[in-house]
Parts: sequence; C-alpha cells; structure tokens
Amino acid sequence: MAATQEEIVAGLAEIVNEIAGIPTEDVQLDKSFTDDLDVDSLSMVEVVVAAEERFDVKIPDDDVKNLKTVGDAADYIAKHQS
Amino acid sequence: MNSTNRTVVVTGIGATTPLGGDAASTWEGLLAGRSGISLLEQEWAADLPVRIAGQIAVEPTEIIPRPQARKLDRSAQFALIAAREAWQDAGFAGPAGEESSVDPDRLGAVIASGIGGVTTLLDQYDVLKEKGVRRVSPHTVPMLMPNSPSANVGIDLNARAGVHTPVSACASGAEAIGYAIEMIRTGRADVVIAGGTEAAIHPLPIVAFGNMMAMSKNNDDPQGASRPYDVDRNGFVLGEGSGVIILESEEHAKARGARIYVEAVGQGISADSHHITQPDPSGSGIAQAVQNLLDQTDLKPAEIVHANAHATSTPQGDIGELKALRKVLGDDLNHVAVSATKSMTGHLLGGAGGVETVATVLALKNRVAPPTINIENLDPEADADIVRGEPRALPEGTIAALNDSFGFGGHNVVLAFRTV
Repeated sequence: MAATQEEIVAGLAEIVNEIAGIPTEDVQLDKSFTDDLDVDSLSMVEVVVAAEERFDVKIPDDDVKNLKTVGDAADYIAKHQS
Repeated sequence: MNSTNRTVVVTGIGATTPLGGDAASTWEGLLAGRSGISLLEQEWAADLPVRIAGQIAVEPTEIIPRPQARKLDRSAQFALIAAREAWQDAGFAGPAGEESSVDPDRLGAVIASGIGGVTTLLDQYDVLKEKGVRRVSPHTVPMLMPNSPSANVGIDLNARAGVHTPVSACASGAEAIGYAIEMIRTGRADVVIAGGTEAAIHPLPIVAFGNMMAMSKNNDDPQGASRPYDVDRNGFVLGEGSGVIILESEEHAKARGARIYVEAVGQGISADSHHITQPDPSGSGIAQAVQNLLDQTDLKPAEIVHANAHATSTPQGDIGELKALRKVLGDDLNHVAVSATKSMTGHLLGGAGGVETVATVLALKNRVAPPTINIENLDPEADADIVRGEPRALPEGTIAALNDSFGFGGHNVVLAFRTV
C-alpha cells in the first residue's frame, strides 16, 4: 500500500535525522537537503538508498540531482512508489 | 619568513588510549603502572590464536555525535578527540581564525597512522558481499584513506598551511611529529597539530600479525602479556588510540603568553635498508638515527636523562635498540632512565609515536619517568638502566629525553625534547 505524503515526509525526516542529526521537526517540505539540512552530496546518496528501501521505490542516479528539497523527494517518491 | 632555524616548543597535549580518555588519565595510569590490556570478549575473537589487546578506555562514540562519527573511521575519531584536547590544552578557544589567536594560513596538521582505515575497508567489503552494491557507504573512500585523520583534524581546526600524513608503519606517529617540527623550524607554519593514531583491532590484522609470529599469545594473562626486557617476552600486544601534541614556534608561543611544556629539539631519522620486517640485528640503522639526531641538532648526550623506548616486547627488537643506544651514547647511556610504556598501553602501531611523545613530554615536565611493568626476570642482555616497577624521579636542571619509534620497512625515528 502506497504511503501518503505525510507518511513520506515523516519517513524522510527520520532518515535525515539518522544521517545528519537534524531534528525530525525541522525536516519540512520547503527545506533544501544541502543548504538547510546539512546533507552533503555523499550523505544524499545515503538518504536516497534509505528512502528506496523504506518506500520500495527506485531512484536512479540521474534523478537524484533534481531532488533539491524534501518536497521534491516526497513528490518523486509518491509518484514512483509501487 | 626569513628565519629557517626557529626554536620549536610543545604547548599542548592530548590523548585517548587504553589507559584513559585523555592525557591526564593516561599519564596517571602510566605512573601507577597499570596495564591497559584486556581479553577480547567480542564474538569474532573467540577462535583467534590471539585474544588480547589494549582496547580504548573511552569509546569515541561517547564523545563524537553520531552524525559526525558515522562518517569517520575509528582511527580518525581517536585523532579528532586527541587533537581537540591538545588544542584546548594549548589555550586556543575555537578553530584557527576569528575564534583563536592563530592565522589559519600559518597552522598545519600532520597526523599519521600505520595502516589507515582498515576496519572501514574490511567492514564495507563485508557489506558489499552480504548486502550488495547499493549498500556500500558513499563515505567509504574518505573514511579509509590514510590521510583521513589528518584531513579531518585540519578541517576541524581550520589548518591551511599544509596537512600531511607520513606513513612508515610503527614509526608513522613519530615521523609525523618530526615532519611538524621541520614545518615550524623552516618557517612554513607557526603552529602544527601533530601526532599519530591507530584503530586496527579487527580479526584480519590480528591474525596477520599473529601469523608473522610477531604477537604475544599469552591469552591466559592479558595484563602480563606485554613484557619488554623480560626474559619471557614473546611478542607485542596490539593497542589502539591516539596521541597528539601542539607544536609551535617559540616566538609565537611567547607572543601569546602560552604555557610551554618543553622544547622539541628535533629528530634523527634513518633507514635500515636491510629487511622488510626484521630489524637489522647489528642495530646500525637505529644507531645512525641517534647519531643523526646528535649531528643535526644541538642536543648534548650529557643532557639526556630519559628515553621512552620503542621496546615492543619482541625478543630481538628490545635488545637491538639498547645496543644501538649504547653504541652511540657510550657511558652517557648510564644516566638515561629507560621506560617501555608499551608494557602498559600495548603497541599502538602508528599511534605509538604520538602517545609516547605525550608521555615523554609529561615525563620531562613533571621530572618523573614512568615504570616498565611485567619485568619479572630482566634480560641480562638489557645493558641499560631500565625503570622497573615504580616511577623514577628525574634530575633538576636542563634535561632532555628521547622518544624512539621504529617501523616495518626499516624506518627509524628518534625524537628529542628538552626542558625550557
């Protein structure tokens, strides 16, 4: 069963908290991974791999560069999850 | 910078070792003659021929927050903890620049390890085999590269004068400190964070060293296993941890009113060019290093009252070192109190030169040499004044001490420090 956007954002918040130590409540739709959440390009790979496992979705490397904000990622996951 | 022969001093020290989580507790353990060696109770150690090691007293993950720790190999975690302690001890508030009185362009970092991020490398290979390509951490390369501890310390404290990592097996930490002394002496930097670190307590290095017949297999008596100069010594005991010092030009230290521990007089370096792992039995390479130290610095043999020996508790190595010291120093070796602190910490490989420099600096500053423990029957070939059992007071006046480190590959590094 597909996750709702709310569930996806909550899941991303847990992942970002685990990887970058940012409090889950600070992980909001408009936040940039790089500029606001201390997720550098290497850590972004970890976020993507964790999100793929959690939401059963494939995020090809070429698409990762378009995921600038939490909202970008949440939309991508909502659209592509099986 | 016109001056090319500036005086270099030590203004800060830091350590995390099997004896304690900082320099003070490590020193206290050394003076008390306490062994930091224990049984490896991890599941992976159960069937190994060697099941003892000097494991870190305070886990680095208790200090470094998890988001940062998970991007650092254990060796870099140790180095960061020791470097931050040394930095604070030197009286600096925050990183170089606005927060402390050091110009970042005049601050260097030279932290070495013998093996680098070996546990990261092996753990990630396990991940690759067991969980697949996608799960291998993107941080693997920056974690396992041997320059990672130095680079991470350099970033943490804002060092821009140069960040270096000399690699010479068990001489690495000492070579790093020697390199740092030269950076300041020749005018490349005013302050350098220098030392060594190692984190190699993992089944593969333990089995590999064990198969070389280099390690003690006294699993029944962990605390008595590291016994330099004892007739029954049968190999080294692996330790982990880091020791880091702050080196500074005397001019820079005095201008900011820093506390000066000792002068870093300089180094003597040589290579055996003999065998990749066996020390030259004549000790000529080590003797040449000591001779180079005397020829290339203003150190006087009469000043030397203490030596923190390399002495790893191997049958050949311990005696070869003493023979080399005798060859160069002659009767002047009679007034040198020789301590083998590896009897308590184990052998920290590339971290040894860092931790033992911290011990040497504190021995001079406090005028007391730490003991060598576990000598029940002194090897009659140990032709030197070995400090046994209890600490030994060192004389008044201007005194100097040596810190020896030698590494597989035939690397010989002898550092010298002197009271100010």
